[in-house]
Amino acid sequence: MAKVTMIEAINRAHAWEMAHDPSVIVLGEDVGVNGGVFRATAGLQEQFGKDRVQDTPLAEGMIAGMAVGMATQGLKPVAEIQFMGFIYPALDQIGNHMVRMRNRTRGRLTCPLVVRMPHGGGIHAPEHHSESLEAILAHHAGLRVVCPSSPARAYGLLLAAIRDPDPVIFLEPARLYRLVKQEITDDGCALPLDVCYRLREGSDVTLVTWGAMVTETLSAAEILANEGVSCEVLDLATLSPIDHETILESVVKTGRLVVVHEAPRNCGIGAEIAATVAERALYDLHAPIKRVTGYDTIIPLSRLEHDYIPDAARITDAVRETLTE
Amino acid sequence: MKTVAAFEIKYCQFLDAEGNLAPGAPALASDIAELLKMYRFMTLARTFDAKAINLQRTGKLGTYASCLGHEATHVGVAAAMQPDDVLAPVYREFGSQIWRGVKMSSILLYWGGDERGNDFAARQDFAWCVPIASQMLHGAGVAMAMKIRGEKRCSVTYIGDGGTSEGAFYEGINVAGARALPAVFVIVNNRWAISVPIESQTATRTLAQKAIAAGIPGIQVDGNDAIAVRHTVEEALARARRGDGPTLIEALTYRLSDHTTADDASRYRDPTEVAEAWTREPLLRLRSYLKKLNAWDEAREEALKSECAREVEAAVDEYLSAPKPSTDDMFDYLFARPPRSLLEQRAQARRHSARRRAGDRGTGSRS
Repeated sequence: MAKVTMIEAINRAHAWEMAHDPSVIVLGEDVGVNGGVFRATAGLQEQFGKDRVQDTPLAEGMIAGMAVGMATQGLKPVAEIQFMGFIYPALDQIGNHMVRMRNRTRGRLTCPLVVRMPHGGGIHAPEHHSESLEAILAHHAGLRVVCPSSPARAYGLLLAAIRDPDPVIFLEPARLYRLVKQEITDDGCALPLDVCYRLREGSDVTLVTWGAMVTETLSAAEILANEGVSCEVLDLATLSPIDHETILESVVKTGRLVVVHEAPRNCGIGAEIAATVAERALYDLHAPIKRVTGYDTIIPLSRLEHDYIPDAARITDAVRETLTE
Repeated sequence: MKTVAAFEIKYCQFLDAEGNLAPGAPALASDIAELLKMYRFMTLARTFDAKAINLQRTGKLGTYASCLGHEATHVGVAAAMQPDDVLAPVYREFGSQIWRGVKMSSILLYWGGDERGNDFAARQDFAWCVPIASQMLHGAGVAMAMKIRGEKRCSVTYIGDGGTSEGAFYEGINVAGARALPAVFVIVNNRWAISVPIESQTATRTLAQKAIAAGIPGIQVDGNDAIAVRHTVEEALARARRGDGPTLIEALTYRLSDHTTADDASRYRDPTEVAEAWTREPLLRLRSYLKKLNAWDEAREEALKSECAREVEAAVDEYLSAPKPSTDDMFDYLFARPPRSLLEQRAQARRHSARRRAGDRGTGSRS
């Protein structure tokens, strides 16, 4: 047992799996000697050598494509993309090859790999370093998209992602990397993918969120609790495929739904959740579904980023509106 | 100013267009059994190609990318490889694939619109790569896996002349050079990327010289000379197996066909250029050489053509008799562990397809 930050938890998950599975290979820009710009892979090259922890040339499409090639040979690459704004050159490999390999070869070749990257804003980073592009990735069939919101879930979900026989995108909320420490047991126990995590039980309204927005949403739930409003908070955790059953079960109980995400509203994952609840539980709703999201703008540079990113105030407003409908 | 680096690009040819052998040819040039085997596969690829186009024209095959004119390159490359090497093709290297054990019925199945065609006999080879150049990185990644494991295997990756304009082409040769990967990259320069001639694609005099930017050896070879292609690839593979890193090979050939069956090259190509290219075509050249060695004659040619036609016909029969895949197949190979929502959609597709096949077009009744 040790208290660790999310970045340390991610580091330990790598180390555990590399020590127990020789087919796990880490690759990316600056992941070796430097241990990653956020230090997610710190110390791994010293421990496991340069073949297994590789500093690559600087080309994201190349990193993703190499990972595909290595995975078809039975290795389990864990590739780091330095910031989510740099994922675009890798989309060709992700969309045209990674997610299709098993399907188009009828299972002859597969891609058991993880592509990790920081996700979201709030760390005063330069342009192209604060994107929340999960919806683009979640739209691809054949891909899992995972986003932890605590050190323990980062540890357990990353282990699950590496062990999964199919490609997984692992989005790490940069804002949470060092925000809190949490006790984790470094025992190699994975957490389940494809399920929501119920972080707070409640009876008046269901709040569904993920990543850095979990912190804001839990704060909002606490504020609302003081007003006598009982919020149920679900951490979506696996953004694709969505665990609709848990969400529906909660909404049937509470009759109200607010979805919170940092990514822009238009065609966001919140729309998918809202649409599914509308399709399958409309008559259980006491009020219209609300979304609290980033605006449909480019995420601004640091001076305005906190005006863009949803906070507890916007979330409490939305919840209060659903209660007065 | 002083010169800090200088480079040159070599060109390899052993058989000229008339089938005359140049001095210094490798032992392969006198290995008649091997040459006959290569000639047989080249003839088989051409026979298959003509049949595939015919199937497309009669509505029995989808859009198909002909390999006409590329046979020496395709067979030469495959013949240089070991069975446990890995091939990453583009989408017209059928001669290579047939040599490596891929059934012609599998090729037809894929181009006939059925993914089961990619579940072919060369178990570790990649399926066709349609998006252009992205296969360069798969070849590099495979070679990285081989290197990490200390294996003596290599990857061989094809790319077209147009593909060399893509960023992934350079990314592939660059990382392969930077990590001394056991990889061979073969550019099939057939002079045309659909309608765009090589002169519009790049200002470089050769495509082989693009290797210089990646710090790896680049060599040009006559892609219509099966002996030169096989020899050049064998040398590159030997180098890779020694741990000396990758090679970029530019095979100069000509696309004697349209780009695909959906293309009409007469819109953009001078017929005199095509007629001239036919005088340099690869089968004629190897046949002329074999005749000079008294290893070939018209009777044997006719017998081979009949044999290839029979083999192709058998493959066509196998392809045409393959039952339509189940709608479940759309869903069942996406994930090892399919999510619940996908299983629900699979059940929905089953119900809908059953109705569709029963003739229900949306009226709720059967027509």
